[in-house]
Amino acid sequence: MKPAPFAYAKARSVEDALRLLREHGEGARLLAGGQSLIATLNMRLSSPAILIDLNEIAALSGIALRDGDVVIGAMTRHAEVQQSDIVASHAPLVAAAMPHVGHAAIRNRGTIGGSIAFADPAAELPACLLALGGRVEIAGATGTRMVAADDYFRGLYETAVGADEVLTAIRLPAATPASRFGFLEFPRRHGDYAMAGLAATARADGASLKDVRLAYFGVGMTPVRARKAEAALAGGDVEAAVTALVSDLDPPDDIQASGAVKRHLAGVLLRRVTAQMDARIESAHDGGKA
Amino acid sequence: MSRQLDIALTVNGERVSERVEPRLNLVDFLRDTLGLTGSHVGCEHGVCGACTVRVNGTIVRGCLMLAVQCDGARVETIEGVSDSGAIADLQEAFTRRNALQCGYCTPGMLLTAQELLARGGLPTREEIREHISGNYCRCTGYHAIVDAIEAVAQQRNGSKA
Repeated sequence: MKPAPFAYAKARSVEDALRLLREHGEGARLLAGGQSLIATLNMRLSSPAILIDLNEIAALSGIALRDGDVVIGAMTRHAEVQQSDIVASHAPLVAAAMPHVGHAAIRNRGTIGGSIAFADPAAELPACLLALGGRVEIAGATGTRMVAADDYFRGLYETAVGADEVLTAIRLPAATPASRFGFLEFPRRHGDYAMAGLAATARADGASLKDVRLAYFGVGMTPVRARKAEAALAGGDVEAAVTALVSDLDPPDDIQASGAVKRHLAGVLLRRVTAQMDARIESAHDGGKA
Repeated sequence: MSRQLDIALTVNGERVSERVEPRLNLVDFLRDTLGLTGSHVGCEHGVCGACTVRVNGTIVRGCLMLAVQCDGARVETIEGVSDSGAIADLQEAFTRRNALQCGYCTPGMLLTAQELLARGGLPTREEIREHISGNYCRCTGYHAIVDAIEAVAQQRNGSKA
């Protein structure tokens, strides 16, 4: 299908985008990479009066290491994040997730800010943000504010970003030598949305894992932390963690899989992702001996 | 509200100036406004890859980008890339290996494969499959396409196909 008619404006700066949002009110939508938004326009699931295009705002693009954070501008394309040495070294969870985000042509165009702002519950990057305990930088009329990942996801496609605000950057705590991560998803086709997936982080303390954060995606209205399983895993008991998922997660049926299948996959994911994190502890120890 | 906008871009090296509605997708602009019908329209929501074209040197979904966003851009389609001879070996390999039947996915498949091959080196079959994972083919079952891309990678690296 073809989109319903809409007007189009290029924002030259974040201030310009904020001004356009105020001017056009509810009928306005921000256009980032467009890899989800334009699909919904084509299907006429959405019919904004005007698109405010952020693609010309160079200041919103780029990756830097700043004050112990990996700071990624909202309009940074997935392909740039995938190829970034800073991300590979200091946010390896994101580097591991990136090949699973869409397909090559999608990654050339899609942006990290667009993905985090759209907040598809089955998407990889919102779950990575949550697993890393990152922060989201949001610009509004009164200035810029930071929102912690745990407070950011409010409901299905609902986030802390207000209708008159612009998501400007993602800040992820840079990995330390003790940082561990794991990532796995089960999609029907590589690059498609997962039936279920898991992004996890932890801090290695000797042979055990502390500060475990398990962010599941594709199993609810938002990316979901499995807090009882996190506690069980920090206690060293993987099977208890898998059992705890029963109360942590209540996945609804969706187009990808039934809730029962997702529940089963969540346990498989937990065992395999825990093994990824444990293997990294072992290899770190081996490295220490050598 | 849907005032038409002027855009100027290059398509396959030729300067193009047109007035377009904001809602016009890039692939419809190429096909309907410019008559370049080599890029195909499949699902129109970014899943099938039939509309794959190059914008400023990288492949994109022609259905998920607006023509107005291409003001000032350098767009290349299968017509231009084919005429340049840059993928003649890939096209030959597709023919030789029966990597196409109906041909609907082929322009997108070729541009996607070329992006991988242009990086150089010898991609594994798994890497080839990952790279073309965003392009549906309903005829071949993909094996012949992977064969063709792998053969060209080997040829371009100077080894025997």
